[in-house]
Amino acid sequence: MEITTWLRAACADADTRGLTGLKPLLEALALSTARLREADVEHRRADGDGERRP
Amino acid sequence: MSVSPADLRSITTLAPLIARGEVSPTDLVRGCLGRIDARRELNAFITVMADEALAEARQAEREIAQGRVRGPLHGVPVSVKDLIDVAGIPTTSGSAVPPIEPCADAALVARLREAGAIIIGKTNLHEFAFGTTSDETAFGAVRNPFDPSRSAGGSSSGAAVALVEGMCFGAIGTDTGGSIRIPAAACGVVGLKPTYGEVSCDGVVPLSRTCDHAGPLTRTVADARLMFDALTGRRPDSRQAPRPLTFGVPRGYLLARLESEVRRTLAGARSRLAGAGHRLVDIDIPSAHITPDVYLHIVLPEASHYHASTLASHAERYSPGVRLRLEMGRYVLAEDYLRAMDLKGRLTAQVDRALDGCDALLLPALAIPAPPLGASSVDIEGSPEPVRAAMLRLTQLFNLTGHPAIAIPAGSTSAGLPVGMQLVGRRADTAALLDIAEAVAPQIVGGAGSVGGGTG
Repeated sequence: MEITTWLRAACADADTRGLTGLKPLLEALALSTARLREADVEHRRADGDGERRP
Repeated sequence: MSVSPADLRSITTLAPLIARGEVSPTDLVRGCLGRIDARRELNAFITVMADEALAEARQAEREIAQGRVRGPLHGVPVSVKDLIDVAGIPTTSGSAVPPIEPCADAALVARLREAGAIIIGKTNLHEFAFGTTSDETAFGAVRNPFDPSRSAGGSSSGAAVALVEGMCFGAIGTDTGGSIRIPAAACGVVGLKPTYGEVSCDGVVPLSRTCDHAGPLTRTVADARLMFDALTGRRPDSRQAPRPLTFGVPRGYLLARLESEVRRTLAGARSRLAGAGHRLVDIDIPSAHITPDVYLHIVLPEASHYHASTLASHAERYSPGVRLRLEMGRYVLAEDYLRAMDLKGRLTAQVDRALDGCDALLLPALAIPAPPLGASSVDIEGSPEPVRAAMLRLTQLFNLTGHPAIAIPAGSTSAGLPVGMQLVGRRADTAALLDIAEAVAPQIVGGAGSVGGGTG
């Protein structure tokens, strides 16, 4: 799932549950997830691992 | 009731006196109970087990008088973080959520009892160990004995305070991102996070089963070894650390942002170690900067998984901040959790490589002195940073990688707040790390003795 799609869905769910205080935390988590995914891609590229994937 | 040097003796000093009948466990327990009572405003304890501890002390005295000395912990009062089960005593986890009512001791408590230790009570903590400042707890914020307007660190804050104030002679904490080493550094005592899995977490309320560790807080490194031996059932085998030792000092992310007096303390420790003939070399952990991202994507969903049913039934009883962090974990995607687990393995390999050619890594345990209670950000070298991020930065990597790490008192700031250094050793060789720590603690402390009051 793309991070923007995930963030939109997560914030909407938090709103529905009345957890408005969660929104800034989810936005921070989205930034963290973006860094995590980038690091994952870099490590796989460094391993040449990506070649075995579709 | 003031704390005298005798109240702050190390277990190593006390053990032979107890074994010879020159010091009475009952007197030790009474002294600890008096000091707990005298400093209630620090909120170090949640449950004080006065009657049980006195009964255990009398039993220990009888056994010792009959020549049945179990070992160096026999008759010694120790505290247990209230996240760890003690049979018949509620495990509150520092929360207003209904407690666990355990009918059996946690495995590590059973080990302590076998060694003859006396459980004096259960210490306060950041609620469910999910924080580093211990101001989110249903039992009152834990106050730093060196400045009660400041945090004692966390989450095992009550354990550290109890040692500083002579309320026990050894303490047990847990460490998922630094929760033994951070309060040890903030309060000037020793805190050992053993290698992952060495000390059983059975009967310990989990935060993240992947990163949870249990271990001792003590006044001296020698005491940490005694407690570690008891907790693991190891046979004592103190060895001489090789000389000279080689210490790897991380470049980049880990040491890029340190409060100025912490940086000065690190420089002092480096200089004294070099002066004593040890080698210091710069080392790289190339992906250390992704530690917080990897950590979040593992710890958040694992914590949420454990708390899911209680969140459904008692959400309003959590502290608001803890509840929000637990709720956040419910949104982490499985694919990102698995990415983080994969990167955890890569970080572990990088720390293993950093230790090639080194005996241990050297870095501070805490990038800042104890922050004011309630502060959400701190200023480091002219720019603000969230308190939680600053407090976890130097410790959480080694929860992901499982390497053993020990916080050692290293002096004080000009305001009198303790500063702690950290040594990190090879995986599955916590004993070697303890040998090294014992050998160099005098150079790290700088000759001033344990800030937390260890008197030998």
